[in-house]
Amino acid sequence: MSNRATNLLVPIISVILGLLVGAVIMLVSGYSPVEGYAALWNGIFGDMYTIGETIRQITPYLLAGLAVAFAFRSGLFNIGVEGQLIVGWFAAAYVGVAVELPKIIHLPLAIIAAAVAGALWGFVPGLLKAKFHVHEVIVTIMMNYIALHVTNALIRTVSDGGDRTESIFASASLRSEFLENLTEFSRLHFGIIIALVMVGVMWFILEKTTLGFELKAVGFNQNASQYAGMNVNKNIILAMVISGAFAGLGGAMEALGTFEYVSSKGGFTGIGFDGIAVALLGMNTPLGVIFGATLFGSLKYGALNMPNAAGIPIEIVEIVIAVIIFFVASGYIIRLLLLRASAKKKEAK
Amino acid sequence: MTKRKFGLGLSLILAAGTMLAACGSEEDTSTGETGGGESTEEASDFSVAMVTDVGGVDDKSFNQSAWEGIQQFGEENGLEKGDGGFDYLQSASDADYNTNLNNLIRRDFDVVFGIGFLMEGAVAEIAEQQPEAQIAIIDAVVDAPNVASVLFKEQEGAFLAGVAAALMTETNKIGFVGGMEIPVIERFEAGFLEGVATVDDSIEVDVQYTGAFDKAELGKTTANRMYSAGADIIFHAAGGTGNGVFTEAKERKEADPEANIWVIGVDADQYDEGQTGDANVTLTSVLKRVDTAVINISEQAMAGEFPGGETITYGLSDDGVGLADSRGAIPEDKMAQIEEYKQQVIDGDITVPETVE
Repeated sequence: MSNRATNLLVPIISVILGLLVGAVIMLVSGYSPVEGYAALWNGIFGDMYTIGETIRQITPYLLAGLAVAFAFRSGLFNIGVEGQLIVGWFAAAYVGVAVELPKIIHLPLAIIAAAVAGALWGFVPGLLKAKFHVHEVIVTIMMNYIALHVTNALIRTVSDGGDRTESIFASASLRSEFLENLTEFSRLHFGIIIALVMVGVMWFILEKTTLGFELKAVGFNQNASQYAGMNVNKNIILAMVISGAFAGLGGAMEALGTFEYVSSKGGFTGIGFDGIAVALLGMNTPLGVIFGATLFGSLKYGALNMPNAAGIPIEIVEIVIAVIIFFVASGYIIRLLLLRASAKKKEAK
Repeated sequence: MTKRKFGLGLSLILAAGTMLAACGSEEDTSTGETGGGESTEEASDFSVAMVTDVGGVDDKSFNQSAWEGIQQFGEENGLEKGDGGFDYLQSASDADYNTNLNNLIRRDFDVVFGIGFLMEGAVAEIAEQQPEAQIAIIDAVVDAPNVASVLFKEQEGAFLAGVAAALMTETNKIGFVGGMEIPVIERFEAGFLEGVATVDDSIEVDVQYTGAFDKAELGKTTANRMYSAGADIIFHAAGGTGNGVFTEAKERKEADPEANIWVIGVDADQYDEGQTGDANVTLTSVLKRVDTAVINISEQAMAGEFPGGETITYGLSDDGVGLADSRGAIPEDKMAQIEEYKQQVIDGDITVPETVE
């Protein structure tokens, strides 16, 4: 079997397997898998509203996935995407609320503020890793908690003891009447364009610049990179800063698009953690992240319709979705089986 | 985590099973007696649904209370779960509120409830986009002509809890465990502190916020610290985090059955939470009758008098808040004293502050 055919077959087979096992789970629990999957499908592609909302859900996953993937390519495990996203969310919302400027200045300013905040949150673990060899996993996990509680405190201060900021000025919003009318009042916003541009940016940095080459080299082997005359420390810090900026932008999507405000949180949003899975599903490549984010975002959003239209409890739905993602992620096993099967055929010949 | 979710799933199936079974038998009786068919007929064009916040429908707190209210309303009016009757949708994250509200409105439910202050932004947005829809929100105020806002005077219920705690404490040390520092919880804190101080202002109250409503382990460690420091009664207003307070109290009670350890529950009657063997650590609970509010608004809407644009506040005087049956944990004479304070609050002789000074 040709390589190309295997590449195409593996994801298809894994999705089908995932759907099958999910169907069995629904059957065993006494719900109709046909109804369940019809609800899932309608929840994703049912009408313009759901399509708009699905794309809206995909947007932050794209950026969170990019953030994780970018750090991975430089050999760093950035678990702090969640925290970087939260500070980005706050920064963008704050800029959106604090001043009113013409849209052409305000919107970019809010977006940049989010990227800078995220970058700063990535800079700290990068610096500690480069200078003192503190493992970035530990630091980034801790930075998540710091981000969560610091932003909660800041939200209280900004809102005079309330639990959410005012809604941002329209001049900082990514939403548009055009998109709202197009999608029957979904919360689809122009952030998806920013996210897709960022996919291009990541590809460009990694594939077309010296910096990208160095980052990847550091990811493969730090010692060899050092020997080749690269500044490993600088590259580690840079990788974390850029990764953090992507994550911060993910927060801006929520602040300027989905919610248009920031409210204090009792726990993590989960987008940053799902970003790890998105990146790994996409093999840490920019294009792969699009695939991972689309799968994650559509399933997550479409799943909401399963209790709504098919009456399946959300817990069962979560299990089914997890099973589907599990099978997609274990594509490697299927690839192995396919290769074995084709090898046997050759032997037989 | 997954195990717990799975357990939840299983218990939900069981619950759904019993509920369906209940529906079935209910249907039988209603078809049996043709006389009552008239009102059922009329009610069947009315439907009501709710969206939970991230706490979920089985949070043993206000989401659950609201759902119980809707179920009771449905039962009384011969409605069935599903389209054209009553239903709920659960939100997994903040981003789901809009979608869930929208989904229910599109399914033509006459009144859709948003449960919890977290839903304020989503309700405001959907109300503007769907001017025909009738939405009600609990614990927050949304200024729109088609939204009814429901608030509770949590401070009045908590005040009575404070009085009860002050009367019952032997160590003169009491604990308060809050979830997040948000206005609703601060009303609980303010009322509780006021209640304690009204009885005896030399009593020390240790106030701790855990920053989360879903971290039972945090509630447990906080309670551990308080009990170890000599507190004998803890009032929690922390949702799922408060379950940890119960766990700690029960463990101490099991280790030493003579220990004078109490917990005051919140939102619903948490007597069952406090049961350990033959003993029970639940002193009482501050009730917040979200179910009553939900039923009232549904009834008004069914009569064509949906209180859109209004803010309705429930307090002690209309039994919107209050104390749960202590089942003998608080002796008669002290109950009588609490009753006196209650009357004073109802009469307006005592005004309970909403915020901590």
